[in-house]
Amino acid sequence: MSITTFVTVSVIKIVIAFAVLLSAVAYSVWLERKVVGHIQNRWGPSYVGPFGLLQPLADGLKFIFKEDLTPPHVYKPLYIAAPMLSLICAVTSIAVIPVGNWVDVAGLHIPLQITDLNIGLLVILGITSMGVYGVALAGWSSNNKYSLLGGLRASAQMVSYEISLGLSLIGVLIVSGSFSLRQIVDAQAGHFWGFIPRWNIFHGQEVAFFIYLMSAYAETNRVPFDLPEAETELVAGYHTEYSAMKFAMFFMAEYANMITVGCVATLLFLGGWHGPIFGPPLLQVILPVFWFVLKVFCFMLLYIWVRGTLPRFRYDQLMAFGWKFLFPLAVANLVVTAFIVAVRA
Amino acid sequence: MLHLALFSIFGAICVAGAVNLLIQRHPINSALSLIAVLASLAVEYLLLGAEFVAAVQVIVYAGAIMVLFVFTIMLLNAGEEERTPGSRVAILLGIPGMLVGSILVAWALLRYSGTGSVSVGALPGPPNTIAQLLFHEFLLPFEVTSVLILIAIMGAVVLASREETARPARKEQG
Repeated sequence: MSITTFVTVSVIKIVIAFAVLLSAVAYSVWLERKVVGHIQNRWGPSYVGPFGLLQPLADGLKFIFKEDLTPPHVYKPLYIAAPMLSLICAVTSIAVIPVGNWVDVAGLHIPLQITDLNIGLLVILGITSMGVYGVALAGWSSNNKYSLLGGLRASAQMVSYEISLGLSLIGVLIVSGSFSLRQIVDAQAGHFWGFIPRWNIFHGQEVAFFIYLMSAYAETNRVPFDLPEAETELVAGYHTEYSAMKFAMFFMAEYANMITVGCVATLLFLGGWHGPIFGPPLLQVILPVFWFVLKVFCFMLLYIWVRGTLPRFRYDQLMAFGWKFLFPLAVANLVVTAFIVAVRA
Repeated sequence: MLHLALFSIFGAICVAGAVNLLIQRHPINSALSLIAVLASLAVEYLLLGAEFVAAVQVIVYAGAIMVLFVFTIMLLNAGEEERTPGSRVAILLGIPGMLVGSILVAWALLRYSGTGSVSVGALPGPPNTIAQLLFHEFLLPFEVTSVLILIAIMGAVVLASREETARPARKEQG
């Protein structure tokens, strides 16, 4: 492939992935409002467009036209940089996420992924670990007690749960034997005894999936671990002093992170784009992408369902749960997985 | 060509970050400059074909350790650096001394080590090669290092808990 074709193909893929991710972010906000509304026996957004489907557009316009306030007491350079950092770190990880098989377009054999790296999973972990700074610096630079407390809580929580998150992924890595997300998914093709899909979640990684799920909720600061923005005690946590588009950037970063977490769960535990594939060639290209999107969608739905049903933890409960329960469990899972793999080899 | 250009750009960012680290007066700005230094070092590793080391550099140093730095600065609410006559003397003596020292080191390295270049990919870079080296050839040093880190952690726990026991026992609140 020549350099010009490579650049053209990459730019097209980046534009498509970015557009899809941002609209997915907008519509997961709509989905969340709608589903939580129905859980609480209300309608949710219903005025703008059919079923309130144009609500995200209206919200976006509102955010853009709102006055962009900068409180006088903030530390300006970091106050402005923090939301950008959050959003950049949240959307960059889409670059290594594969959404489907290879396609043949105009004589080119292209993977449905912006780039396939042999350290793909590590790249995602690296980018998400940099995302902590956005939240921490927002809390600090706002020069406000509530913001600082929210920022401190968020960074402490994200650092603590990152450990069990990472350990839960190592079990999968041992089973698959690769850091490349495409190879991890390829290793999950086929079935056990002809009918159970060979996904990692049915491959002895059930406990790892549970640990991942819990840590992911804490990493993305979602209910039941949304203490950084606990509105009953901290006003809005680290983004108390933010308004208009800067606030929207934090909001988008949160949802983009949820989608990334969903994608990683799908790729590592739920078999990626594997599913029943049939029909004409065009359908065979579309179906894997459809299965991938469906799995991520189910994961998002689970997130929203949990938000609609569970109350918030206390902070000491959160830390105790992370360090005294999840962390030892993750280590135990790692040791058992390594032992079984070593015995089989 | 592109490779060399990128390497020089990130090298320049790295040095600029390091200088900025020293110039900045507020600890949080210095910490952020250090993050920039560590992140651009990771890019340099990547350009040298050591992708695993680059990723670990970002996750461990730029991600985890520096978060703790920033966290501590935020928690202690550390203020701006104070300048005293002593620090002026340190600047006057330190900057020329450091320049002379680094020139000497660079000269010695160029003079006495081989100046031949290594092509990208000649040294171990992919994760599986690194794993082979760590868990086969260098297993003993690797394990000894982990014991060393464990001792450091235990030392930190002992130091942190001593204050608790030295404090007079509080009365139980009925």
